[in-house]
Amino acid sequence: MPTYVRTDKCDGCKGQDKTACMYICPHDLMLLDKDGSQTGHAMKAFNQEPEQCWECYSCVKICPQNAIEVRHYADIVPLGASVQPLRGSDSILWTIKFRNGTVKRFKFPIRTTPEGSADPYGGKPAADWKDANDDKVLFTKGTHKVDMSQFVKS
Amino acid sequence: MAEYGFGNPEVIEEEVDVLIIGGGMAACGAAFEIGQWAKAAGANLKVKLVDKAALSRSGAVAQGLSAINTYCGENDPADYVRYVRNDLMGIIREDLVYDVGRHVDDSVHNFEDWGLPIWKQPGDEDKSLRAGGKPVRSGKWQIMINGESYKWIVAEAAKKALGMEDIHERVFIVRLVTDKNDPTRVAAAAGFSVREHKLYIYKFKCCLLVAGGAVNVFRPRSVGEGTGRAWYPVWNAGSTYAMAAECGAELTMMENRFVPARFKDGYGPVGAWFLLFKAKVMNGAGEDYSTLRADLIKDEKRFGKYGMGVPGTCLRNHIMLEEMLAGRGPIYMDTPTAMQKLAEKMTPKEIKHLEAEAWEDFLDMTIGQCGIWAGENVEPEKTPSEIMPTEPYLLGSHSGCAGIWVSGPTDLPGVPKEWSWGYRSMTTVKGLFTAGDGVGASGHKFSSGSFTEGRIAAKAMVRFALDNKGWKPESARTTAELVEEIYRPVKTFLEHKDYTTAIDVNPHYITPKMLQFRLQKLMDEYVAGVATYYRTNGAMLKVAEKKLEMIKEDSLKMRAKDLHELLRAWENYHRIIAAEAHMKHIQFREETRYPGFYYRMDYNFIDDENWKCFVNSRYNRDTKHWDIKKVPYVQLIK
Repeated sequence: MPTYVRTDKCDGCKGQDKTACMYICPHDLMLLDKDGSQTGHAMKAFNQEPEQCWECYSCVKICPQNAIEVRHYADIVPLGASVQPLRGSDSILWTIKFRNGTVKRFKFPIRTTPEGSADPYGGKPAADWKDANDDKVLFTKGTHKVDMSQFVKS
Repeated sequence: MAEYGFGNPEVIEEEVDVLIIGGGMAACGAAFEIGQWAKAAGANLKVKLVDKAALSRSGAVAQGLSAINTYCGENDPADYVRYVRNDLMGIIREDLVYDVGRHVDDSVHNFEDWGLPIWKQPGDEDKSLRAGGKPVRSGKWQIMINGESYKWIVAEAAKKALGMEDIHERVFIVRLVTDKNDPTRVAAAAGFSVREHKLYIYKFKCCLLVAGGAVNVFRPRSVGEGTGRAWYPVWNAGSTYAMAAECGAELTMMENRFVPARFKDGYGPVGAWFLLFKAKVMNGAGEDYSTLRADLIKDEKRFGKYGMGVPGTCLRNHIMLEEMLAGRGPIYMDTPTAMQKLAEKMTPKEIKHLEAEAWEDFLDMTIGQCGIWAGENVEPEKTPSEIMPTEPYLLGSHSGCAGIWVSGPTDLPGVPKEWSWGYRSMTTVKGLFTAGDGVGASGHKFSSGSFTEGRIAAKAMVRFALDNKGWKPESARTTAELVEEIYRPVKTFLEHKDYTTAIDVNPHYITPKMLQFRLQKLMDEYVAGVATYYRTNGAMLKVAEKKLEMIKEDSLKMRAKDLHELLRAWENYHRIIAAEAHMKHIQFREETRYPGFYYRMDYNFIDDENWKCFVNSRYNRDTKHWDIKKVPYVQLIK
């Protein structure tokens, strides 16, 4: 299956400008069933092509209701385990439940700057057009030092 | 005027200066670099980026990564070239690899500025790489990161650089069109929205084609739900190679493939286990087979000098495959011994940290592998895990070098003049640029190198666009022709759907899914997939050639019952062209250059005398003929 959507939690992102899982899925798998004609559950999302799911968790991580979970590949994985994240603004918390009941929790940082603050050009030099034909430089002029004697024809 | 709807899309035509096709690392690199050069030139260039997915989670880094595999740091770029050359069995474009090597660190420094957490040596935790902070290296070229949000962060910077108004998500470009007055030049790109009934035609001065490598061309080892658990992202459909080939661009080294040996079924990464945790592999009897049988690749008649030094990835695969064929499997990564050895000198707190690192390695980039461990009650410190070579992948950015022949840098000594034709990163089609998985004969770039190549291409594209300021693109195909071609699967469906009672079984069409099965089966069985332990020969390839011709004909009968299936139909068309290129190149190269990745059993040896050269091809879309030739390899670095 890979990802599945819980009927008790999904609200179809009614209050949002877009359905989060449908917006983010890199493989166009998540679909909002507006009238319930495809799943019997109106205004809830579902994975329309489970055997194409990479289990990348993009939809799981972005769902504002935490309504998406993963039942790992049925042709490979024994039943009963789960791997579930809670992604915050600077870290992610993972809960891993084993088939035998063992539980492990891990927390990892995901970024060192506030969400939305990445400034592509802050503190970077401006490009200089006279370098336009010089393959040695990109606009940031951060080229690695090189030892030209390493060339056969140095 | 009829309402727009399924089968009757609104056509939107737009003209820009530069079109970026794709949204992965290379596309983001281009988005970052391009505006600065346009600004420096005082030009107001119209740039647009079109992505079939959403930029924050598109491309090969969508899920995240636990390491950046290309960071030179204390090493000279020339040494990076030597490493790539050795791993790719002697044949690479050293000018291209060197260019990545000298620029790549700067890209990584930018990622860190934007917020990517990079592991540092004790004492350097608060020091950036730029300020001399020492990274935690898992290998000579690899550095460890907390990379869950790697793509999210890079996309954030790219979005700001370009502006969201110039990024069009959920539009799948499927076809490049040459110029009406110059067939050697690209003038337009056409595709469709996967959300709305809209078809897009972009005209431009030049474009950057960066739509990833090719996955699910071969029958995967898992054919149920696990089909999706490809090692490389399942949405990489060979679009880069197919669209370039159909536009007449010269491809190079399409015979190359990557068959990664990974944790079985989940395809979790092994790099940190080998390099950071120093784990060893063993056979079913618990033997260290790679040491026991290290001499296998020292047979000079078969492997030349390539097995003498540090063996390339394919040769390590070869030893594993021989072990499996001899019935001495399963092959295991001995994780418990590695963990115990590391723990010997550690405090309990450090051991806990080590366990977290082991899990993070998967959680950052291959979460599905954790699902397998949890489902099978595997704790790596207690139980070893199986390793298995995967189905083959075609790519140019990771440990493979399939791709397109591009123009190289002009300032390096000893480069043949034929390797550079004015604009860096331009293909042999005027105005068509590529980077990342698109660039052939230049592997081991990985995420940071692909971003860097996008930057390098962007700079050259600004020059190209300005040099062609007065030029007006004219599409060689009419709008009506493009609509007809791109929406053909929809029309086929609407025309024939009521002929039978079962929507999927109909003599007038084939579903994209069944077409994919057919392609995968033939590639697997005849073009050295897992079914034959990666073996083929001239006679088998002849069969494949015929079957590919027929599947290409039948691809015109693919159906699309909705926009999602139209996406799948075109992805699978691209897969066919990429597969055909791969097959034709393997057929042409009469040697076994990459033992462990594939074997030409009728020429089962490395033949440096006749084949230490590039193989380049050109496809003619009208005659369906491939022209294939040898191109001399030239060594640039000692």
